Amino acid sequence: MDQGFFLLFATVSVITALTVVLARNPVHSALALMACFLQISAIFVLLEAPLLAVIQIFVYVGAIMVLFLFVIMMIDVREAVLQRFVPGGNLPALVLLVLLGVEMLVLVLLSERFSVTEPVATRGGEIRALSTTLFADYLLPFEVASVILLAALVGAIVLARKESG
Amino acid sequence: MMVPLWWYISLAVVLFVIGAAGVLLRRNILVVLMSLELLLNSVNINFIAFGRYYYDDFRGQVFAIFVIAITAAEVAVALGILVALVRNKSTLKVDDVTMMKG
Repeated sequence: MDQGFFLLFATVSVITALTVVLARNPVHSALALMACFLQISAIFVLLEAPLLAVIQIFVYVGAIMVLFLFVIMMIDVREAVLQRFVPGGNLPALVLLVLLGVEMLVLVLLSERFSVTEPVATRGGEIRALSTTLFADYLLPFEVASVILLAALVGAIVLARKESG
Repeated sequence: MMVPLWWYISLAVVLFVIGAAGVLLRRNILVVLMSLELLLNSVNINFIAFGRYYYDDFRGQVFAIFVIAITAAEVAVALGILVALVRNKSTLKVDDVTMMKG
């Protein structure tokens, strides 16, 4: 049951990820990336992390992709649409990528530590326990992350503002 | 039937390689930024999978939450830079952005 769902979500996410890279139109890339994020959030549900799945949909699909689509709308992509994807255009990078992928897959498949099938005690996704952990043990990183978000907010406004302002 | 851990790791590897291909081979800045998002998401899958299969606490999920927060900040700044760039120099190709002579 779980395995069937995993295979379904994994297949669709890989196909949509390939579409992101191969599509010529950035709008098509953005929509395919949105579908890919939805599949990944379904995989988070399979991993019994429901809060992460909801955050994934809110933040990525709801905020980041809308930001991308707004920027695509603002700037003129007609010139960029015309350039096509040439895999042979950058041969060293392509060879490096193939080597990287083969190496990682071989290491994962040959290692015995990755073959565990039983997760540790199933927690059923206790969001209360997760938030207690987040706000008790990881309070300082949480506050640092919020300060970083504030700095990014101010920085984005300053960067995108017109010079004369 | 439970899903073995290496399935998740393999999926993350495949997504990571696809995202890296987008970063290295595409010349469109928007697609490069979207591929970066893909990279960070594949790493998130790894965090949550390892946290679920090896540890009894929530360290994997907490780390994934931080990754998502930092990603949001990164995208906001990157798109701000992109808007400023397009305003000054009307191009979307990474090869044309050589103002700093790097």
